[in-house]
Amino acid sequence: MQVPRAPRFLAGLFLRVALALAPVIAGLGDDAARAKLVGAVLSEDAAEQVAVVRDLVSVDDPVVLRSLAAWRLGNLYVWSPPDGGAGQPFLLEGATDAEGKSAAIRVADGSPLRDAAGTPVRVVVADLSVADTSSKVRRAIKVVLDLRAVGDPDPAVRRDAIVKLGQEQEPDYLPHFERRLPLEADPGIRRSLAEAIAFTRLGGTDPAVRIQAVRTLAELRSINSLGYLRKLRGQVSPVAEPELRRAVESALVVLEDYVWWGTLFGTAFRGFSLAAVLLVASLGLAITFGLMGVINMAHGELIMVGAYTAYVVQNLFRSSFGGSVAVQDAYFLAALPASFVTAALVGLVLERGIIRFLYRRPLESMLATWGVSLVLQQLFRHVFGAANVQVGSPRWLSGSWVISDVLLAYNRIFVIGFAFAIVGLTWLLMTRTSLGLQIRAVMQNRAMASALGVRTERVNMLTFAFGSGLAGMAGACLSQIGNVGPGLGQNYVVDCFMIVVLGGVGSLPGTVSASLGVGVTDQILQPWLGAVMGKISVLAAIILFLQWRPAGLFASRGRGLEG
Amino acid sequence: MNSPTQREYGVVAAIAVIGLVVLPLLNGAVPESSALHLTTFQLGVFGKYLCYAVLALGVNLLWGQTGILSLGQCLFFALGGYALGMHLMLLIGKLGQYHADIPDFMVFLEFPKRYPSTGGLPPHWIPFRNLGFALAAVVIVPALVATAFGWLAFRSRIKGVYFSILSQALTYAATLLFFRNDFTFGGNNGLTDFKVILGHDVNQPATKRALYIASGLLLLGTYAFCRWLTTTKFGLIQRAIRDSENRVLFSGYATAHFKLFVFVVAAVIAGLGGALYVPQVGIINPSDMGTDKSLEAVVWCAVGGRGSIVGPILGAIGVNALKSYATHSFAEQWPYFLGILFILVTLFLPDGLVGIPARVRGLLARRRPPAGPTPPPSSSPS
Repeated sequence: MQVPRAPRFLAGLFLRVALALAPVIAGLGDDAARAKLVGAVLSEDAAEQVAVVRDLVSVDDPVVLRSLAAWRLGNLYVWSPPDGGAGQPFLLEGATDAEGKSAAIRVADGSPLRDAAGTPVRVVVADLSVADTSSKVRRAIKVVLDLRAVGDPDPAVRRDAIVKLGQEQEPDYLPHFERRLPLEADPGIRRSLAEAIAFTRLGGTDPAVRIQAVRTLAELRSINSLGYLRKLRGQVSPVAEPELRRAVESALVVLEDYVWWGTLFGTAFRGFSLAAVLLVASLGLAITFGLMGVINMAHGELIMVGAYTAYVVQNLFRSSFGGSVAVQDAYFLAALPASFVTAALVGLVLERGIIRFLYRRPLESMLATWGVSLVLQQLFRHVFGAANVQVGSPRWLSGSWVISDVLLAYNRIFVIGFAFAIVGLTWLLMTRTSLGLQIRAVMQNRAMASALGVRTERVNMLTFAFGSGLAGMAGACLSQIGNVGPGLGQNYVVDCFMIVVLGGVGSLPGTVSASLGVGVTDQILQPWLGAVMGKISVLAAIILFLQWRPAGLFASRGRGLEG
Repeated sequence: MNSPTQREYGVVAAIAVIGLVVLPLLNGAVPESSALHLTTFQLGVFGKYLCYAVLALGVNLLWGQTGILSLGQCLFFALGGYALGMHLMLLIGKLGQYHADIPDFMVFLEFPKRYPSTGGLPPHWIPFRNLGFALAAVVIVPALVATAFGWLAFRSRIKGVYFSILSQALTYAATLLFFRNDFTFGGNNGLTDFKVILGHDVNQPATKRALYIASGLLLLGTYAFCRWLTTTKFGLIQRAIRDSENRVLFSGYATAHFKLFVFVVAAVIAGLGGALYVPQVGIINPSDMGTDKSLEAVVWCAVGGRGSIVGPILGAIGVNALKSYATHSFAEQWPYFLGILFILVTLFLPDGLVGIPARVRGLLARRRPPAGPTPPPSSSPS
């Protein structure tokens, strides 16, 4: 292949593209292709234009490709020489200069457009006459470019092109798919290719090929073809084409089954994920309210403190280590403990400053902590602004894992894992450490624990700080799946209290099961009732459930009337 | 301290005369040029405070007198408001933006397609054309909701903080419901843009004065009712339930029935307050029924002094006057102020403003040990 008079960088680019595509397509010679394109651009006959464009599908010449793309978008121009000679189609090259002018490249040979004196001309867009197109030509160009995208180096572009072209069921595209299939290394795209081929064949007329295509689609678990197959079931007569009809029906059984399981799996995953969110958010409250009996209305604001700590840690990392991707990946690991410590400190101050005076007046601790929540909200609004702040996600938390067409977002998986981890840690703390033993002793019988030498004041302080710290860590975790703003806490606080009350105050297993129950029920109801009505139904269900078990799922057994 | 004293009656009578006679006269009879003239806007603001005071009396009846802290009082307040608001919406008629027979938001939300047989009006709106029905609904709707919820809650002996949390959940669910457009109560925007009430333009000073006086009379009536209730045996049982419910239960009283009755009465009081609030403020929307509003009403009660009858009125009017001033002069700082007020009152003034004289007397008595035994500082159990 020769590239006469082309600028060097273009030649280099061309060589690379050509080398990459050379085994795929052996096409027309480049000069010939350019000449054909020039002819087509100048032609008045739309049918001829379309035919030429279609022929160009196998041409690799970069000037031709760029010209086609430009032609479709109306960026291809025709220069008519003043002496009345044949027009010269050209496209613009590079950025415009200070005068709004840019260089012009001739379609015929890729060389700069020159004036009579032989110097390259620079032109202003507004002065130019655009090459004529029609919608038919533009459509033909689009198809050509899409077909070329089947071999695009970017997998995402390839996949999109294949899926889109496959849906059109155009038999002309088949050779392009089939040529690509043996070359394709990406297994996901191989599947899309196979799906596109089968779907295109299904659109044909040969009954044997169609039956085979239906079977292939069923084997591929092609959800995309479900709608078409359903339509086909109505069209294919069981008398005229019994075998095809049978194949379609059995394929539909397979696919509908597959979709059903996928939906079930997806709902279960979303249910577990919501349950994990609720659990993470309410575990701290299960400690402060469940064990200590403190109605901490500022619990939501402690979550918010944790989320904002993650934001501050992120900014600190960025300002000290730069904004690289590795930093973005690492900050979150530091943010989790930092948010625990910050929220625990806030909790400590809260306990020492306010709550310890109100242990005997639970209703009033509720009011005082509500005051604290107002102050904290306004404080954060003052410092960080009323708008939401951006807490970025590390790479290992963005994206999702696709199993059988069900999307499992990594951040959701992380929240589920995180929920397991903090419940495990809390359980270990409560059952395997001396602090845990003291906490349980103080909660069961404060006076007796005190008489046996437990420093109940200190235990109260540490328990409350621990519960607050859990809330803070929850905030850092939730910053990955929702907005972080001054109203963050308010979104969670009602749910948290309901979870703890439903689970049975003072019971960790109760909190876990209540979160699971509410999370899964909510996700099952949502497709039928919508998000808001689903939530309302869950709240109503909880109120009714408490009729049956007033002390919650896992009530602590006792004979006292005052719980 | 709860027994009515001659002095309190005297003070209340004096305030009632000032509030119900002098202020409206300053607005209506004193010429605008005079320094003593009270603008109609000011009078409307006072009318709003009076409605809040009625709400606070309801909170106090529950919390101060019976020991039940409900975070859903504003739900009942808003339900009363919505009931009268619906009637006012229907009175707008063709005066609205769209000049349609149905309220504007129904046109906007394409209700005629949903309810073609009634011309777009949802069937449950139709009886609200009748003022009597709307007034009955102001009382009955909050009462029904309170009966249903209270019966469920008190029957299964949900009390103390659990009751608060459940009432919070109820309010939250109701707010979500009212925010929905297809719940037919105006969604996000609620009911607003009222034009006439009882055939009078709502924006006329005379109408405003009448509404103000009505609010004052309602407050006076509620005060008298609450005061009377404390003198009855019922009031005694109420306070006994507050101080030790189990002892009352073991003495053979069905405490759940008493509590349910008080809960419903408080809801009706809140509903009446809400009904007068709406035409004066000119709007009711779901944010008025939220938990935070209920908690604010609890603050008024706490600041003024729960357990007494004048305390909540004092608290509601005082805190709201302060709020109007603060949100006008330093809006940013108001939440700090409210939050800190909350913390300080809970920590240091469990009896609120009306408890200050007793506390001061107690402190003075302790500083100068008298010959006799020191009176214990007054404290009310929670």
